[in-house]
Amino acid sequence: MSTISREEVAHLARLARLEVTDDELDAFAGQLDVILESMKTLAEVNTDGVQPTSHAVPLVNVFREDQPQPSLSREAALSGGPDTFEDRFRVPRILDEEA
Amino acid sequence: MSRIIDKTAAELSADIREGRLTSVEVTTAFLDRIDAVDGTIKAFLHVDREGALATAREVDADIAAGKETFAFAGVPIAIKDVVVTKGLPTTAASKILEGWIPPYDATISERIKAARMPILGKTNMDEFAMGSSTEYSAFQKTLNPWDTGRIPGGSGGGSAAAVAAKMAPVAIGTDTGGSIRQPGAVTGTFGAKPTYGSNSRYGLIAFSSSLDTPGPVARNALDAAILHEIISGYDPRDSTSIDAPVPPVVRAARAGANGDLAGVKLGVVKEFAEGSDAAEPGVIAAYEAAVEQLVKLGAEIVEVSCPSFTYALPTYYLIAPSEASSNLARYDGVRYGLRTGDDGEHSLEEVMSLTREAGFGPEVKRRIILGTYALSAGYVDAFYGKAQLVRTLIKQDFEKAFEQVDAIISPTTPFIAFEFGERMDDPYQMYLADLYTIPTNLYGGPAVSVPVGLSEGMPVGLQVMGPVMGDDVAYRVAAAYESTQDALLADTAPEPEPEGK
Repeated sequence: MSTISREEVAHLARLARLEVTDDELDAFAGQLDVILESMKTLAEVNTDGVQPTSHAVPLVNVFREDQPQPSLSREAALSGGPDTFEDRFRVPRILDEEA
Repeated sequence: MSRIIDKTAAELSADIREGRLTSVEVTTAFLDRIDAVDGTIKAFLHVDREGALATAREVDADIAAGKETFAFAGVPIAIKDVVVTKGLPTTAASKILEGWIPPYDATISERIKAARMPILGKTNMDEFAMGSSTEYSAFQKTLNPWDTGRIPGGSGGGSAAAVAAKMAPVAIGTDTGGSIRQPGAVTGTFGAKPTYGSNSRYGLIAFSSSLDTPGPVARNALDAAILHEIISGYDPRDSTSIDAPVPPVVRAARAGANGDLAGVKLGVVKEFAEGSDAAEPGVIAAYEAAVEQLVKLGAEIVEVSCPSFTYALPTYYLIAPSEASSNLARYDGVRYGLRTGDDGEHSLEEVMSLTREAGFGPEVKRRIILGTYALSAGYVDAFYGKAQLVRTLIKQDFEKAFEQVDAIISPTTPFIAFEFGERMDDPYQMYLADLYTIPTNLYGGPAVSVPVGLSEGMPVGLQVMGPVMGDDVAYRVAAAYESTQDALLADTAPEPEPEGK
């Protein structure tokens, strides 16, 4: 039995905002199944009482003084945008109907 | 061997400082080499002849005026395209960032500029550093200078091939699961993954934030160590940066060159040598010959057991894609890069989906989907959560081993450079290239790969892993190995066909 179905891959792609093609779905479902099978081996590891590691270096509460610092100019920050308008990033409409 | 491009970076630096060569002569020699052979090798995505020569002229003017210069001033460098460089195209080899000119510098780019190293250009890589062969670049295939039918490793195949083909004396790479060390091993070059947190991630295009580490690529340990010290050190702009002195890697590389390893205990991981985790026979033979040399220098070999290393690969392939799926959410077609489908008909969400579909390649999509799965409700405890627990056990294996030994050694990668296409249809086979390099990333410690010989005519690397902030030990052992060789392996690479561009 496979770990992940074609439908699940399609659902995950939607969640991740990827408009995947049918061919990709076919390929990914099989490949991800192989990968996820190998990951099931982790279930056999006894991790009772083990604390999780989220970062290699256990730093906590990294603070800095709350002082204004120089930052990118508006022009520089907008320079990479695919579409800018009046000092802002222009985006396509968000709602289905015109407001 | 009188060509400029055959000299090490340290030799070039001395020649420039002492007036035997100018930085313009040196930089021009490498730019001309790129013109001559990169049409064949295809290591560079972007070459900045004018910018590199401008820096070179400044250094020459300062030296002529008697001003003090620092290590590697005037020595050119290539930078992996995942590192943000102000005013120079930066794409991470992805179509989604094609044409992007960053408005700021990564901290390591700033430090390279402060050291006044002319930047030759940006090197090819697997898209967003996801891969082990550089075949996942959206733009071009980089060839291994040792055999142009084979991969140069990945993700940093461009930086490794550039150094192996003497198109740059040194380069910058990044290592999330082996992306500096594995390309180093398969191209006969030296690569170092520094301790996580000792080199700033500010301005690296993020792949897996708890693992990504920038580091040096060179032909030998000393050049790598000097570059390591130039780019290392605390950076308040990276909240995971370690506020402590940089390990003395240059001193260690010089000490190691004396060839004395008396009293040094080197651990060999029992579990690496067993079962399906074992390397190709030719790789093992070259590795064992290197171990013999280390023993002759006085090192003591101690077997260590790291039972959780067996689970490092699945642990990594849950943690890294999970972090990637989150990090890559920023490519939404709004603030930089590509936008597709913005025709007045499609909504914002549809434009995002179309943009990401058009802009990302197959491996990036696979990992985003895998990460989304591992983090999704119902699976997060069994997958991402479990991986974080096993990561702790892997870390503890290292900590226990370093109570017994000074460093741990292994082959860098289980197999020599494979042929193009060989592992493209089965991603899991590609992932196996990083079997020996991944544990270090999960632990956060340093590791270097030093070339130690050939198998089937292709280079093999020895990996030396040190404890957290013990980068110097790894350099010392690697430099000691180099001292046993008449010539650097990197200097015996075949001459690439000069087809030109």
